[in-house]
Amino acid sequence: MYKDSTRFKSFSRRVAFLGGGKVLLLSLLAGRMYQLQVVESDKYKTLADENRINLRLLPPPRGTIVDRYGRELAVNQENYRVTLVAEQVRDIDTMLDTLSGIISLEDYERQRILREVRRRRGFVPVTVRENLDWRDVSRIEVNAPDLPGLSIEVGQSRQYPFAEDFAHVLGYVSAVSEKETTGDPLLELPGFKIGKNGVERVFDLNLRGKAGNTQVEVNAVGRVIRELSRQEGQPGADLRLTIDRDLQKLSADRLKEEKSASAVVMDIRNGDVLALSSVPGYDPNEFVTGLSSKSWRRLINDPYAPLTNKAISGLYAPGSTFKMVVALAALEARIVAPDHRVFCRGHTQLGNARFHCWKRHGHGWQDMYDAHQNSCDVYFYDIAKRIGIDRIAEMAKRLGLGTRTGIDLPSEKGGVIPTRAWKKALIGTPWQQGETLISGIGQGFILTTPLQLAVMTARIANGGKAVVPRLIRPVAEDGTDVDPDFKDLGISRRSLDVVREGMNRVTNVRRGTAYRARISEEGMEMSGKTGTAQVRRISKAERETRVLKNHERPWRERDHALFVGFAPSDNPRYAAAVVVEHGGGGSKVAAPIARDLLLETQKRDPANRRTAPAAARAPAKSEEI
Amino acid sequence: MHGFAPSQRLSLGRKVLQINWGLVLLITATAAVGVAMLYSAANGSWNPWATRQIARYGVGLVILITVALVDIRFWWRYAYLIYGVLLVMLVAVEVVGSVGMGAQRWINLGVIKLQPSELMKVGIALALARYFHGVSAEDVRRIPYLIAPILMIGAPSALVLKQPDLGTALFLIMTGGAVFFVAGVRLWKFGLVFAAAGAAVPIAWSMLRPYQQKRIFTFLDPETDPLGAGYHILQSKIALGSGGLFGKGFMQGSQSHLNFLPEKQTDFIFTMLAEEFGMVGGLVLLALYMLIMVYGFAISLRSRTHFGRLLAMGITSMLFLYVFINIAMVMGLIPVVGVPLPLISYGGTAMLTLMIGMGFLICTYIHRDVTISRHGGGDG
Repeated sequence: MYKDSTRFKSFSRRVAFLGGGKVLLLSLLAGRMYQLQVVESDKYKTLADENRINLRLLPPPRGTIVDRYGRELAVNQENYRVTLVAEQVRDIDTMLDTLSGIISLEDYERQRILREVRRRRGFVPVTVRENLDWRDVSRIEVNAPDLPGLSIEVGQSRQYPFAEDFAHVLGYVSAVSEKETTGDPLLELPGFKIGKNGVERVFDLNLRGKAGNTQVEVNAVGRVIRELSRQEGQPGADLRLTIDRDLQKLSADRLKEEKSASAVVMDIRNGDVLALSSVPGYDPNEFVTGLSSKSWRRLINDPYAPLTNKAISGLYAPGSTFKMVVALAALEARIVAPDHRVFCRGHTQLGNARFHCWKRHGHGWQDMYDAHQNSCDVYFYDIAKRIGIDRIAEMAKRLGLGTRTGIDLPSEKGGVIPTRAWKKALIGTPWQQGETLISGIGQGFILTTPLQLAVMTARIANGGKAVVPRLIRPVAEDGTDVDPDFKDLGISRRSLDVVREGMNRVTNVRRGTAYRARISEEGMEMSGKTGTAQVRRISKAERETRVLKNHERPWRERDHALFVGFAPSDNPRYAAAVVVEHGGGGSKVAAPIARDLLLETQKRDPANRRTAPAAARAPAKSEEI
Repeated sequence: MHGFAPSQRLSLGRKVLQINWGLVLLITATAAVGVAMLYSAANGSWNPWATRQIARYGVGLVILITVALVDIRFWWRYAYLIYGVLLVMLVAVEVVGSVGMGAQRWINLGVIKLQPSELMKVGIALALARYFHGVSAEDVRRIPYLIAPILMIGAPSALVLKQPDLGTALFLIMTGGAVFFVAGVRLWKFGLVFAAAGAAVPIAWSMLRPYQQKRIFTFLDPETDPLGAGYHILQSKIALGSGGLFGKGFMQGSQSHLNFLPEKQTDFIFTMLAEEFGMVGGLVLLALYMLIMVYGFAISLRSRTHFGRLLAMGITSMLFLYVFINIAMVMGLIPVVGVPLPLISYGGTAMLTLMIGMGFLICTYIHRDVTISRHGGGDG
């Protein structure tokens, strides 16, 4: 027998201790419950909702872009794209290998995907490929079990049905680059595109609209269980351009016959740009889906610069198209009268230097009208010398040359209109009189854009109003178009009439330099001025033997062909400028294009059409009021 | 003190009547809570967990009653044998155990995957009760008498640690420690063990697998890696906290049903309960467990054999450890060590272990007046 009672006594004491300890620890649990579930409950409720509820942005549909008659130029298309969520993919490389067995993935696409995966947080979907056709969609869907983290989404993608013909006006949208992120979550959405060029870029914010959002309940792997609430965004505003779709196409088609050229057609009264083309162009649709590095290299290495909008960024010596400026400056300064006569013997002498006329044996006696009609260089050497460079420059600037027009397109260039002060400041040497002479025929330092030349022509044609080109018509609150009231440039009617008559003779007098490119339709006659801008210096030796004809020279050394004109001659309404790079003579190459454009523009003018298209009627009316 | 002790041999009929039905009812109520939670965890479906859990409870109940009706002297007699068999099974796990959840813990018996380390929790209580039953109050204070029981705890703990399963190893040590404590081992010796354990921490740390080290780091600062290892604890706390005082309602727990909560049918089932029934639900469950433990204490104190008292205390301590470790773990009070919530978490072996344990408790109650001498036999 052993003493159980003493053992029991010790035992029950220890049991009491143990029991007490356990009660203490269980109270600790109850206390912790109180802390989490009562004291800090609100905090955890918020966290649970943050877990459960996902705020998703609803990208707004981008506004469409239409021409002056409401015809679509840039639209949105339903588009299937495949996206991947990096977090849900075990090994991205292997997954992309599997995927490239299903849809072919180019190397550059792979690199872009991997780059984006690194850049974005793991749960943000990254676009793998857009614009999938049905075949690819179904192939991916069938193989979905082997491709965790991949999903197919429906979105909208931008489409430019007229591809390169409108590329330089419309520009394009493409994926947001790292530099362009502003913290706006909309820009972080996969596949979201912003305007990168043209009006797509300038009016990006209007076209973009406001994002809506939706609250969805998601589970732990991010799958949407149900939608809790939805707030619709605001779709982007539609944009109506002043461009006439058909005219723009005609202009592009005509220019495509040349290697590198640009043209502008505008309304001289309100500044509406009806066509603005630059050739060669590029296909903006390629930029939307993502350009391969090969295509990109091809575009930037192309000697004809397809990415440059030459109508606003191409800088050219205006050549003889500048002669109206010189004439106006001289008339306005009252230094010469229209009947001022100069004898052209094919050249003029200034000190030791000899300045040649384009016509080797000279034009004989020329007055101001003759000088326009024949584009006599010696005549303009003479009057330029008389009035000096600063007066010429002042008139050039008044007519809109040498400064940006402010058209709603990116990367417009200003050009150069030289003055004495300009040369002193920039080059540091004093102005030479010889430079005044060559400025008198639009050569030397002078650089202008085709758009500026069109504006200059429009200002001459509209009676000296400071018309400014525009791609968008401001619309008043009542829905009618607002036509701006341009200020008068203060050039006398008389002077303008002289110059316009000179231009009339260029095309409408049998001996005029562009007579062969005249418009013979009655009431639609065109006035204009040819220009042939030298791009190299003709050496003395060459002049003594024989100046090489344009087609005998390499392309790069050929003259630029220019033409500016307006129509109808008697009651001007439209102005055009055409520049064909290294095209040779302005009369032979540029004038016919300008003629075709101005003729078609007049034919398309609703006022000249018996049956206007329905869409055209409304704007046409408000234009006429 | 045995005077006219009631018959040492009870008839089966009387034993059945003696079964502590109140305790069985409490156990059943707790298991029913578990089934309800498993039904909710499966988004309102009896499959895949609830039905099978009911089946397991049914089997467990049969085993519980069987264990309870067997004479306590039988258990006393074969305590070491049972312990030995379990030890052999632990070794066998080392040899043939199939890999599950990244650690070798299972023996596949065909019908059931057995986890011997789980059963060993009862085995240790049984063996230690038998040992200390045979040691006098004086001898318990002598160090030589402590060598054998320390080995009894040490051997299975080392095997389990090698699996590796730090949580269960510590669980075994703590269960054994509780028996040591009530057996009367002097307190300073516990102090010695704690000191030794403290000294061994650096060594043990180096022996831990990287995932175990990570778990401890994560416990110390779960917010550092909210999408990685700290995810479970953080999501569990969010679920608990968002449940508030009264919960989100049955099957309405967003954290659980949208799968933010990990392992919601096993280790984190308490979180789900507390999310759906709030603090009130959590406290009710805690109260159920406390009532079972009160029964345990009462049975232990009422038993006339030291073996029964120690066994009952061992089992009660085991239950307490399950409850405390699991709930403390899901509330972020201790590291995640993988201890299920007793009678509620989905899992066969844990249910079996608990039901066997509860069987021993009731067995002790039925045989409360049976006495066993220090060295065996009836009241010689």
